[in-house]
Parts: sequence; structure tokens; C-alpha cells
Amino acid sequence: MRLLVAIVAFGLAGLAFGQASEVAHPDAAVEGRLKGLAEELRCLVCQNQTIADSNAPLALDLRNQIRTQIAEGRSDSQIREYMVDRYGDFVLYRPPFKASTALLWAGPFALLLFGAGIAIAIMRRRGRARSVPREDSKARAEVASLLETRDPARRD
Amino acid sequence: MKALKFVIPLAVFALLAAFLAVGLTRDPRQIPSPFIGKAAPAFRLEQLHDEKLAFAPADMRGKVWLLNVWASWCVSCRVEHPLLVEMSKSHVVPIIGLNYKDKRDDGVQWLARFGNPYSLSAFDVDGKVGIDYGVYGVPETFVIDKEGVIRYKQIGPITPEALDKTILPLLKTLGA
Repeated sequence: MRLLVAIVAFGLAGLAFGQASEVAHPDAAVEGRLKGLAEELRCLVCQNQTIADSNAPLALDLRNQIRTQIAEGRSDSQIREYMVDRYGDFVLYRPPFKASTALLWAGPFALLLFGAGIAIAIMRRRGRARSVPREDSKARAEVASLLETRDPARRD
Repeated sequence: MKALKFVIPLAVFALLAAFLAVGLTRDPRQIPSPFIGKAAPAFRLEQLHDEKLAFAPADMRGKVWLLNVWASWCVSCRVEHPLLVEMSKSHVVPIIGLNYKDKRDDGVQWLARFGNPYSLSAFDVDGKVGIDYGVYGVPETFVIDKEGVIRYKQIGPITPEALDKTILPLLKTLGA
């Protein structure tokens, strides 16, 4: 029980921190644009988090950098370009399609086609295997006669 | 046809294993830097030891030099530090420090304690210059040529291997 209370208390403390604003007078429009941008930019210190999520000091600096640039009237694409100039395409969670990223973009679809090809091949083969010779066919008679004649060398 | 049934999954497995094996040997922190072959971004900062003096990369025109990003709070900077001190003794190239997001006193004390390999250190207190250089993992080291173009970037501590196999040969070809 005590443990549960402690867990809940820690959780609430986390929420309180999460809601504390980084700037003294947040401007709703600026923060909205910041959120949109920061959620598509990768934090380089903790690589599986976005700049919006990360608590790393660099992520905070970059969020403030984005705020400054929004205040300076730069467009979203200009800000994105600013980040790419410094950290490469790696910062973008949606990297542009070019030679070095072609495999990244096309790879999953290529694998899907490959898998679909195999699946179709297997299904076709199964369909063919299931077509049993008809009762009055010559093949059927042949099979029956083969099953009848026992191999004398074999002891059952 | 029956053999194919075994060969295909085996081939797919081998391919996957090969990709993963290569992946294991690569450091996810080593991100290809967009700076290689580009001019080192300009800045003008106070020097760590004397706030009245400034430093700008343009001061180094005509020289091959190293820009080493460090901080007193940076643990792995201590790992590479003896290597830099050693290098500064042999006067291969001037090493300029970029003291990144540090306190002035802490930085000065750190150098007094572990030795100062830097010709000078620029004092980047708010990390703005660090951002312009795409710094994300201190220590980082840039090799900058006579024209002020970045030729190499080491992310993380300089290892003896990186120094001998990459940095020193590069400095030689750049005419240091």
C-alpha cells in the first residue's frame, strides 16, 4: 500500500514537472508551432526521443533556439533546414527521399512485394496439389493397380 | 524444388544475420556529419582565461588546426585529455578549445588540474556556437584546414587508434 502511494506520488510529481513551462510567458501560437516542429525532430543525445519529449540539455537548447527563430519570423521549413544544416538528415523523423535514403523508404515495400510473391507462389502450388485425378481417369487406375501389386522384396 | 524450400529461409536468415552483424559493429552515436567539406561556421567568443580577449576561427586562416569541444562537467573529456596534452607537447598543430556550456571558474580549474593542451579556449557559455557546429556529444573534435574548411569530425573522445590511423595522417596530407 505504502509502495502504491509512493508510486502515485512520484507519478504526480512527474506530471507537475511536465507541466511546468520552460519559458516565463509562453505564447500559445509559438508553443503550438514549436510542438509541431519539435515532434518531428530527433534528439541527438537520446536518439529515440524527439526534441519535444527529451529532457536532455541539448534538446532544451534546441527548443529555445526554435522559439527564437519563430519569434524572428522564420518559416517551419527554414527552421527545419537550420537543423539539417547542423545535424544532417538524421534529425528528421521524416527524412527526404534521395539516393542515400532510397533503401530506407523503398525497403519495406520491396520486402512486402517479395513476401507477397512468395505467398502467391505457395498458394498456387497448393491449389495445384489439391487437384486429385478424377475417379474414372487413367492416372487413377494406374495408382490403384500400383497399390494393389505388392513389392515381393518388401516385408510388411 | 524441395531444396529451395530450405534454401530460401536460410538465405533470408543469412542476409538478415549479415545486416545485424554489421549493425552491431557500428556506433549509433556516429552520425555522418553534414559539416565535412564545408567552411567552419564563423563565431566570435570571449576567451576562457581572459574575457577581454576574443577568438574567431578567421584568426586561424592559413593554419591547420583542431577545434576541440570540451567542458569540466564532461566525464569522457578526461579520457581523451592526456592524449591532447601529449599532442600539444609535440606541437603538431595548434589545438583550440571550445569550452562548452561551462562555468568559467570550473573550466579554468579543470585545466589547471589536468593540464592545458590548448593554445586558447573560447568560452561558449550558452552553447550557441556548439549548436552552430552541430555538437551533441562532448567531446568532439574538428580538423580544420588552411582555408577554414572542416575536414574531419571526431564525435566522442579521440582514441589512440583514431589519432594514429585517421587524424595524424589527415593532418599530414593537409600540410600541417
